[in-house]
Amino acid sequence: MPAPAQHRIIFQHIDEPGYTNDLACYVQHGGYEVMKRAYARPPAELVDEVKKSGLRGRGGAGFPCGVKWSLLDRKSGKPIYLVVNADESEPGTFKDRYIMHQDPHQLIEGIMITCFANSVKQAYIYIRGEFPHGARILEKAIAEARAANFVGPNVLGSGYGCEIYVHRGAGAYICGEETGLIESLEGKRPYPRIKPPYFPAVLGLYQCPTIVNNVETLCHVKYIADVGGEAFAKIGTPNNTGTRILCVSGHVQKPGYYEFEVGKITMGQLLNEVCGGPLPGRTFKAVIPGGSSAKILKFGERFKGKRKVGAEMVDYDWAVEDVPMDFDSLGMIGTMGGSGGVIVMDDTVNMVEALANINAFYAHESCGQCTPCREGSLWMKKISARMVHGDARPEDGQLLKSVADQIAGRTICAFGEACAWPTQSYVAKFGDEFKGYAEAKKAGKPAATTLV
Amino acid sequence: MNLKPETLSRIDEVIPHYPTKRSATLPLLHLIQEEVGYISNEAIEWIAAKLELQPINVYEVVTFYPMFRQKPIGRRHIKVCRTLSCALMGGYKTCATFENEFHTHLGEVSPDGEVTVEFVECLASCGTAPVVMIDDELHEKVDAAKAKQLSDQIKGEAKARK
Repeated sequence: MPAPAQHRIIFQHIDEPGYTNDLACYVQHGGYEVMKRAYARPPAELVDEVKKSGLRGRGGAGFPCGVKWSLLDRKSGKPIYLVVNADESEPGTFKDRYIMHQDPHQLIEGIMITCFANSVKQAYIYIRGEFPHGARILEKAIAEARAANFVGPNVLGSGYGCEIYVHRGAGAYICGEETGLIESLEGKRPYPRIKPPYFPAVLGLYQCPTIVNNVETLCHVKYIADVGGEAFAKIGTPNNTGTRILCVSGHVQKPGYYEFEVGKITMGQLLNEVCGGPLPGRTFKAVIPGGSSAKILKFGERFKGKRKVGAEMVDYDWAVEDVPMDFDSLGMIGTMGGSGGVIVMDDTVNMVEALANINAFYAHESCGQCTPCREGSLWMKKISARMVHGDARPEDGQLLKSVADQIAGRTICAFGEACAWPTQSYVAKFGDEFKGYAEAKKAGKPAATTLV
Repeated sequence: MNLKPETLSRIDEVIPHYPTKRSATLPLLHLIQEEVGYISNEAIEWIAAKLELQPINVYEVVTFYPMFRQKPIGRRHIKVCRTLSCALMGGYKTCATFENEFHTHLGEVSPDGEVTVEFVECLASCGTAPVVMIDDELHEKVDAAKAKQLSDQIKGEAKARK
């Protein structure tokens, strides 16, 4: 079946010749009109639209955005904050970069609609430190929007006031975890907070109710305010509504970002048709479907079970190529849609080396707060690096697995799972490669590319 | 601390963005590092006094976040992405090329003082791997040949300055 056409909503103007990131260009393309209409409606109605839309967060967890908003403690009398998660640090993910650099006003309009809907008076954009230009572009865009009265003490003459500030991170992956991000915004080390009691919706930034939303999610909110929740829910597939930006990197002919209706395209269509297939003379070996933390998929494995289609339960029997790229399908086969970062590896890659690369990342990024994660991530790095650079033993795969098994579920935040899942899934699916790594090295087949 | 008037005015502008002064720790560290090049003990104490904190509150932040450094670096900062997508496309070769071109090792100032080459984690531009940031500029699809070309450019600029 041929791949469906891209359905560009969020990336409508990305890479469009002549489209610039200033206010004039945005307004010329109908910018801030949605916000003007939204501000004429009761805020509760906007929250309902987002609930009806079924929008799920695009940062990684896929939590329903409307539910997140409805958990807000609105009766505490404390100010409510919006924190925009622009930390984009999950390896393999590179979508928010383009929104912020090329179409920052789309994000600002989404922020201002979200703030109005939730009575937020102060929003912060937490942007990763590695985007210095992005931070400057956003600051300039906010200044332009302020001068045009789209942001500030009396937005559009409505009497409602809301300010946005940009806050730069400084190179720490854990700041993408929402409570770590909040700690960082408070000027501290980004140690994630324990939940309960520190659910951001109740005890977030400065111990006040806080919404933390991803950049792409907030752009979808703007679109939902435009077309309505019901219309949005018709895009995509049930429970996986709207469009999603899939970021493809690694061993394909045409890596890049592609926006599709969620669940309307399969992994095979995405990689073989949209991305042009494997590099010449090579074949696909494995793919990570939702950022480096997601469990890996091995080409050749099959997934069987029952799934709900409409009201019926239907059998499915999928190869990796058949899996629809949506939250639920990827969840059903034991991995996740995560942040939309698809990393492809072909037959030149040795999985021990790929895992050693990822383990080095997680060992570097563990915040060190919880012992199982701090020690475990470091040992997984040491063991896999030793396999590559020193002596590899047949039982090392099981040793790695035993370390990983002791991390997941024993930490304050989801980083524990994020660092354990790669090891668990690589060893489970490519166990022979771990067992035979010493022999493979002795055979002297030089690796095509150094990975660690 | 002898900071430029522009830096001081930006510092005074950013502090009221937050209801608590402590929140301005990261912004102040960025502003001072941009001007001075690194974070000295004097800077830590200065920021602590400015934000009504203890020096340890600032120090613990400096030591946690990879982008803050406590020592000067070369004139240009070359940051090569190390993480999986870039590594799959040859990031390690790119990094080695920069090291060889400037006769230096990771994290050190090159003998001519021109550069510090560093391996960093994901720069969020995986679709154009391998990527490199030189100071604030992102360079995409930097294979070994392009790394050589960028190195030559930096060397050329250094020569022109002398």
